[in-house]
Amino acid sequence: MATATNATGEAYEQAFGALRAQGGPSWLPALRREAMDRFSALGFPTTRNEDWHFTSVTPIAERVFKVAPTRSGPATLSPADVAALVISDPDWHRLVFVNGRFEASLSAFAGLPADVRVTTLADALKESPEFVAEHLGKLASGEGQTFTAFNTAFAQDGVVIHVPGGEIVEAPVHIVHIADAQAAGAGIHPRLLVVAEALSRLTIIESFASTGSFGAPYLTNAVAEIEVGNGARVDHYKIQRESTDAFHVGTTQVRQGRDSMYHSFSYAAGAAISRTNVYTQLAGENGETRLNGLYLIDGTQHADHQTFVEHLAPGCASRELYKGILDGSSHGVFNGKVYVDPVAQKTDGKQTNHALLLSEHARVDTKPQLEIFADDVKCTHGATVGRLDEDALFYMKSRGLGAENARALLTYAFAAEVLETIEVDALREGLEALAFARFTQSFGEQR
Amino acid sequence: MSSSIESLVNKEYQYGFVTDVESDTIAPGLTEDTVRLISSKKDEPEWLLEWRLKAFRRWQAMTEPHWSNLKYAPIDYQAQRYYSAPKSITPLQSLDQVDPELLRAYDKLGISLSEQKHLAGVAVDAIFDSVSVGTTMKAELSKHGVVFCSFTEAVHNHPELIKKYLGSVVPYSDNFFAALNSAVFSDGSFCYVPKGVRCPIELSTYFRINAANTGQFERTLIVADEGAYVSYLEGCTAPKRDTHQLHAAVVELVALDNATVKYSTVQNWYAGDKDGVGGIYNFVTKRGKAHTNSKISWTQVETGSAITWKYPSVILQGDNSTGEFYSVAVVNNMQQADTGTKMIHIGKNTKSTIISKGISAGHGQNSYRGQVKMLPKAHGSRNYTQCDSMLIGNKCGAHTFPYIEVANNSSITEHEASTSKIGEDQIFYCKQRGLSAEHAISLIVSGFCREVFKELPMEFALEAQQLLGITLEGSVG
Repeated sequence: MATATNATGEAYEQAFGALRAQGGPSWLPALRREAMDRFSALGFPTTRNEDWHFTSVTPIAERVFKVAPTRSGPATLSPADVAALVISDPDWHRLVFVNGRFEASLSAFAGLPADVRVTTLADALKESPEFVAEHLGKLASGEGQTFTAFNTAFAQDGVVIHVPGGEIVEAPVHIVHIADAQAAGAGIHPRLLVVAEALSRLTIIESFASTGSFGAPYLTNAVAEIEVGNGARVDHYKIQRESTDAFHVGTTQVRQGRDSMYHSFSYAAGAAISRTNVYTQLAGENGETRLNGLYLIDGTQHADHQTFVEHLAPGCASRELYKGILDGSSHGVFNGKVYVDPVAQKTDGKQTNHALLLSEHARVDTKPQLEIFADDVKCTHGATVGRLDEDALFYMKSRGLGAENARALLTYAFAAEVLETIEVDALREGLEALAFARFTQSFGEQR
Repeated sequence: MSSSIESLVNKEYQYGFVTDVESDTIAPGLTEDTVRLISSKKDEPEWLLEWRLKAFRRWQAMTEPHWSNLKYAPIDYQAQRYYSAPKSITPLQSLDQVDPELLRAYDKLGISLSEQKHLAGVAVDAIFDSVSVGTTMKAELSKHGVVFCSFTEAVHNHPELIKKYLGSVVPYSDNFFAALNSAVFSDGSFCYVPKGVRCPIELSTYFRINAANTGQFERTLIVADEGAYVSYLEGCTAPKRDTHQLHAAVVELVALDNATVKYSTVQNWYAGDKDGVGGIYNFVTKRGKAHTNSKISWTQVETGSAITWKYPSVILQGDNSTGEFYSVAVVNNMQQADTGTKMIHIGKNTKSTIISKGISAGHGQNSYRGQVKMLPKAHGSRNYTQCDSMLIGNKCGAHTFPYIEVANNSSITEHEASTSKIGEDQIFYCKQRGLSAEHAISLIVSGFCREVFKELPMEFALEAQQLLGITLEGSVG
């Protein structure tokens, strides 16, 4: 299944060798070596691989993405630039990375509760290597996952968050990844490690954005590992608005304890090819998973979302709503799987996926799957693909709305159902404004 | 549910008897010579032998597919026998000459082959192991110009039709099992309904595997010419044996402009015992091609077989054509089923409906695997899919793998799936009205399957309902 040729394999091996000089705790080189070997052995997936059936990563596999350069000279971005590129709020804790490197001057996360630790991965490796050793690469082991192994081998920096039992982090922690012109041709591998202990509460927002133009595409290959302790709640928003010159692969691996709640929201509007994986395990009784997502693509963009909810304990609930709006000759893929273990009685699973095709040439492939081994369960999934309802359009026109306005309003309403699930007001309002502007504008242009 | 129900004994598979007839059976193994031998036994023309050999060579280059959600011991294709025929059978002029032992076998199965006692309004082609033992109601059919006979007969009497349509829907290179079938198929049914004719009676083929260690590879070809209508039924049983037997069939349906083909199956091959010993491995390729304004409708009730691998599909090639798939698949004990459909929308304003009901009990594993594909030019097309699963007991599994691929924006696809168990309160309500728990379950299950059963012709619907009860007996706990 390896499509990486020997030449690209060697180039990565060489780059890997050069990185090794960087040091870190004694266990780290072995972990990276193992990941590198796994990455080489697996190779990039082909469309013969069932999980990648509708998404070809050939454009990624045929290139060698160089290690992102470290900035020499003064910071190229000001806080105002960052504010213009991503939806943010002054109250949020903020960690900014440019081309995968931490920018202290753009970041601010001072006002956290005393025993809550938020640090960069580089700092955590120096300050609390035991903690990192205990958790890094445990949930996202990279087994069978090329991109996860790729990240583990090459990750330069990232964020480590540890919320001790009972702590409540009121303001969201906003992790901003910006790629600028220097990222051209580079591979950026951000890592996020979150441990939210029992009865704690945390909201994370990850924003991916870019600025300037890119002579050569860059790759963002992010991996997040999130442990949600018993009775804890983690809200996780991922806002992907990368350049359409970029490739974006993001994998989130979650494990939930009993009575816990994990809420994920994924917004994908950028990148030439994007792939978003959310894998959650409901490992304790009465846990709840909510996965929501919205993707808006146009031109020749390709957006692939894959979710996998494993019900491994009784009495858990999972709710999933993904929607896509496709224009131009874009291609959307949704692959959602719900697995119910024999012990996971009283499971309540619901999965919904809707795609709206605005143009004649847009294409959607969707594959909602159920794998159920317990009998006392209630699981449903639904999927639809279509265009705007002619009757609804007619109704609106009969009430005096112009055709474009009616279309814009209905399209926006389609998106709004998912956007409404966002519980962080500033973020929801920001995305609603973005979506609204996009539809009113795109329909205006079509006229 | 109470353990007393759990302890209900499994009802024996009532079609598990072996008929003692002398057979002409060839040695196990599969080589080019086997293919030639089968062809020569059937006295086939050169072109058909060539076609078989092409298929065989293609098959040799293929590997058995393993993408399905089925687990089974590897099949030794060299250990199988590829041809077995009751000796007394050749050549037959009328049903009177059929070995009485064979007729008795069919009587036991509830299929009467004697003309005077035929099932009202149904013509039957009975296939015993590798060959057809007789076709009833031929005279009645020929009045309308309907050709209904065994495949072998058709090769001799209607070579132009066979040449034109054989492999036109399922080419010999289609998949591993279709290639195998194309190389070694022994018999099957052929039906041709001429232009504008509405076939007055139901046509039916009854398949029976009798000989041990013998695979059954039949091929069915149904052609409905322009404006024609035909309804076709298929039934299958096999004796109880403790080795697995291979069944790899191909069914091709052709509905020309404005024609309608309705194909119903009640599949009740021997499913193996409760520990999974024995049973039929059922690998079937069924596909129809629908031309302009035509309609192809598949209805299947799958209760038998140790392994079922079957995806009756429709290629909606002509504008305004319609495809339907109604399925009930039941697995109990160690049975596994991976079944579903493919609806390929090519023409404009094509419509497809998929209703799939899966019931899993015992250690059974039931998968729905379906594909709905709207090609870029299939403007204004519509699909509705509903697949529901019911689980009885916590050692079984129900799985859903739909693929929805849409490449134009004037089409609408909808897919819904649900999985649940029989409601305790439903059973309680029935019991409170004086029904036993078992009756209650049977009632609820037939309600669950109603949408599919109502598509079956009446005699079949009754049989299917009874079968369902038998298959699930003892599984309720």
